[in-house]
Amino acid sequence: MALLTFDTAHKPRQSYASMAILLAAMLVFPFVASQFGNSWVRIIDMALLYIMLALGLNIVVGFAGLLDLGYIAFFAVGAYLTGLLASPQFAALLESVVNYSPAMGDALVALFGESIRAEGIHLSVWIVVPLAALVAALFGALLGAPTLKLRGDYLAIVTLGFGEIIRIFMNNLNDPINFTNGPQGINLIDPIRIFGVSLAGEAGSRATVFIGGFGMPSVNAYYFLFLLLCIVTIFMTSRLQHSRLGRAWVAIREDEIAAKAMGINTRNVKLLAFSMGASFGGVAGAMFAAFQGFVSPESFSLTESIAVLAMVVLGGIGHIPGVVMGGVLLAALPEVLRHVVEPAQQALFGKVVIEAEVLRQLLYGLAMVLIMLNRPAGLWPSPVREDRPLAATDKDEKEEDAAA
Amino acid sequence: METFIQQILNGLVLGSMYALVALGYTMVYGVLNLINFAHGDVLMIGAMVGLSILRMLDSSFPGLPGGVQLAIAIVGAIPVTMLVNVLIERIAYRRLRNAPRLAPLITAIGVSILLQTFVMAMPFWGRSPLPFPQLLSSDPIMVGGAVISQTQVLLLVLAALAMVALVFLVEKTKMGRAMRAVAENPRVAGLMGVDSNRVIVSTFAIGAALAAVAGVMWGANYASIQFAMGTVPGMKAFSAAVLGGIGNIYGAMIGGIVLGIIESLGAGYIGDLTGGFLGSHYQDIFAFVVLILVLTVRPSGIMGERVADRA
Amino acid sequence: MSEFILNIAGVNKRFGGLQALTEVGIRIGRGQIYGLIGPNGAGKTTFFNVITGLYQPDTGTFELDGKPYSPSAPHAVAKAGIARTFQNIRLFGEMTALENVMVGRHVRTRQGVFGAIFRHKAARAEEAAIRARAQELLDFVGIGQFGNRTARYLSYGDQRRLEIARALATEPKLLALDEPAAGMNATEKLALRELLVKIQRAGVTILLIEHDVKLMMGLCDRISVLEYGKLIAEGQPAEIQKNQAVIEAYLGGAH
Repeated sequence: MALLTFDTAHKPRQSYASMAILLAAMLVFPFVASQFGNSWVRIIDMALLYIMLALGLNIVVGFAGLLDLGYIAFFAVGAYLTGLLASPQFAALLESVVNYSPAMGDALVALFGESIRAEGIHLSVWIVVPLAALVAALFGALLGAPTLKLRGDYLAIVTLGFGEIIRIFMNNLNDPINFTNGPQGINLIDPIRIFGVSLAGEAGSRATVFIGGFGMPSVNAYYFLFLLLCIVTIFMTSRLQHSRLGRAWVAIREDEIAAKAMGINTRNVKLLAFSMGASFGGVAGAMFAAFQGFVSPESFSLTESIAVLAMVVLGGIGHIPGVVMGGVLLAALPEVLRHVVEPAQQALFGKVVIEAEVLRQLLYGLAMVLIMLNRPAGLWPSPVREDRPLAATDKDEKEEDAAA
Repeated sequence: METFIQQILNGLVLGSMYALVALGYTMVYGVLNLINFAHGDVLMIGAMVGLSILRMLDSSFPGLPGGVQLAIAIVGAIPVTMLVNVLIERIAYRRLRNAPRLAPLITAIGVSILLQTFVMAMPFWGRSPLPFPQLLSSDPIMVGGAVISQTQVLLLVLAALAMVALVFLVEKTKMGRAMRAVAENPRVAGLMGVDSNRVIVSTFAIGAALAAVAGVMWGANYASIQFAMGTVPGMKAFSAAVLGGIGNIYGAMIGGIVLGIIESLGAGYIGDLTGGFLGSHYQDIFAFVVLILVLTVRPSGIMGERVADRA
Repeated sequence: MSEFILNIAGVNKRFGGLQALTEVGIRIGRGQIYGLIGPNGAGKTTFFNVITGLYQPDTGTFELDGKPYSPSAPHAVAKAGIARTFQNIRLFGEMTALENVMVGRHVRTRQGVFGAIFRHKAARAEEAAIRARAQELLDFVGIGQFGNRTARYLSYGDQRRLEIARALATEPKLLALDEPAAGMNATEKLALRELLVKIQRAGVTILLIEHDVKLMMGLCDRISVLEYGKLIAEGQPAEIQKNQAVIEAYLGGAH
């Protein structure tokens, strides 16, 4: 890691050079990987979404120090909102509304048009994504509000509870009014359509997207979109970190009483942390729904919340490059392992002794335990910014005292 | 009215299990100020070990009476869960005693995952739900118009016995006094000659034993166990401990029973209460709602115990 | 303009069975250095916590610079114009000294999410002003060269200065210091005294709790004495020194 640095404040030229190199590598990657089929790029597509989630959670856990164990709820909110507003699901919802109260049903049809009876609502990505961010932010404030006076471990358990509550609602909100279609989830979600081009490719093109005369697999198109979103997320969270608000978050994390005494309205600042973190989760959720084409409650369990937390913890709580690295490691590595380890076991033992899913969980568990015991600041924590090295500090102070 | 009695009975059964597990949470929190997030998974290990013992008994000693088999399963599961919990404390928590509160919690989450992964990876356990043998007669016993099974009665009896034994331990024995001393003030307890490490290890061990009983009886009651079975009941049991007053043993018992009854009544009547909007699938929510309410309105719980520190 | 910067009367505070404060009041004149002394457990820090909003009083009237203020929330009190330091220094350990003082500017500045993300001209200007003012304050208290040092690695005396700089950053009308000289040797106390006089000359009124009676007598314009939660004396240092009740309660005849 010594060659790559992203410390723009203290090593600007090296940082920007590092960023340029990384960007170049990332832009070239899909074209190289496509030679070996679509699966590698698809893995990175999902990893990019996870990185967005980890960066969003980093605001809550890393900057403000609030241990949120239910973060995946905001991912779910964004995904299900997209499912509701960009798929045939609204038709099913309308049917259930009509069964429940024909008057309300008529009102909805009047509002959205007759076509929703058969087809549902299909709002464009330009509406759905900001809406997802907004609604998720709202939920962030809502779920954060009861936790404001709670201490660390209680806050964690309460947020875990909220995450579970959201999942249970997603699993059951199909009767009497069918919002979420229950355990089956919502299917046939519209892919992302930008400037007339669908990122899933037009029908009959075998998932190939044509931009100008240039064609690329759909997973590659999504790759560039998600890469862009990740970069935007990194940019925004980095700006937030180095700002008046970012300092307020760290102040609350370090000493909440002192922060209050210095005039920080800790209630509002904490709610902002929850909201901002949640909004990134919401956008990632919207992307996920469009990319995958379907959402179901299984994707939004406690295991997922913990997975995102593990990425933040492993990488370097509060340190953006570290969090990105943690996201890459814990999102991509298990998938890579699956492609390598399962065939290897097949060849060696004739069967799969340890499944990839088990390996994935093993990685997460080990990551959290080993890191907390050995390197609690993460694998890539914020660089120590003393103008004199740590070891010299005591010695220098003794010299100062002697000279005084 | 019969439904009501049935719900109460169900609530008592459920609540007894919560109480057993809540005791483990509350005792550890009392001495260490730590939520042992992995405690629910200790319950799961107890159930898994119990199942394996029952399988062994079935193949080596078929024909043993059901009650005896269960007893052996429980007695066999207890040392294993004790060992697991004590190891967890030694390896994962001990070093982090003075670390900021979040560190042991994150470690505990990691331990929880590792326990589940271990069970997933073992060929004799694995990832799929495992049927738990029904060893006691399933003829229902009538209690005032409501139905209860032999297994459930056994559970109630075992839970009651365990709680009485624990109260005796805490109030009347030297170890119990030591535990109470460490819970109040570890430093002064140390000055009085109490080996706080010994006390902490004992606390983990006792909690694990109770969880083993709860785990085996859970399996016997619900006829199916799985690697992930411990997480949600664990969190609910923690809610019960908070409801009763975290750190207080009587609170954990009361909280467990009360939560069980709330959950049971809630699941039974929620349909009526919300005009059909929410059904009994929402049962799991009650524990979390109770937790949030308690922490917001009366954080010291029913027994009024120590709580999250003031400003 | 009101004569008194701080005018507080009739504060009662009970913790369960313990009456921590009984009818305590204080009147601090503009630009004074006002001392609060008393034996350990007399209620000095409790009183501090009440006037700065950390504890809710049972009764009391509170006026800052002629306007009533409600000591219901610490951040509101800071906004109104009272800044404090703590008995057991409460710095933001992982932040640098400069960043600590910059946090002190929070209450007098405005940029939020929008400014953070877009860094438009006004936001950039405000940020630069915050940084400049913070460095000024570090220089003012004498630790200007440690701006980039992580706060928890500063020496004890420098940490106390930093806490004062941070409090000054909130532009307080009243600076409330809780035992700022604790743990200092004679030289450091002299330097502290100079700093406090410097702050007074800059127009900030100071209220301080201290145990070093000699320091207080030489520094303060007026002193209140608390014992068991009650005021037993109030006046100029010379009067306090001769007050029989005070001598019995606190000075113990050693002077």
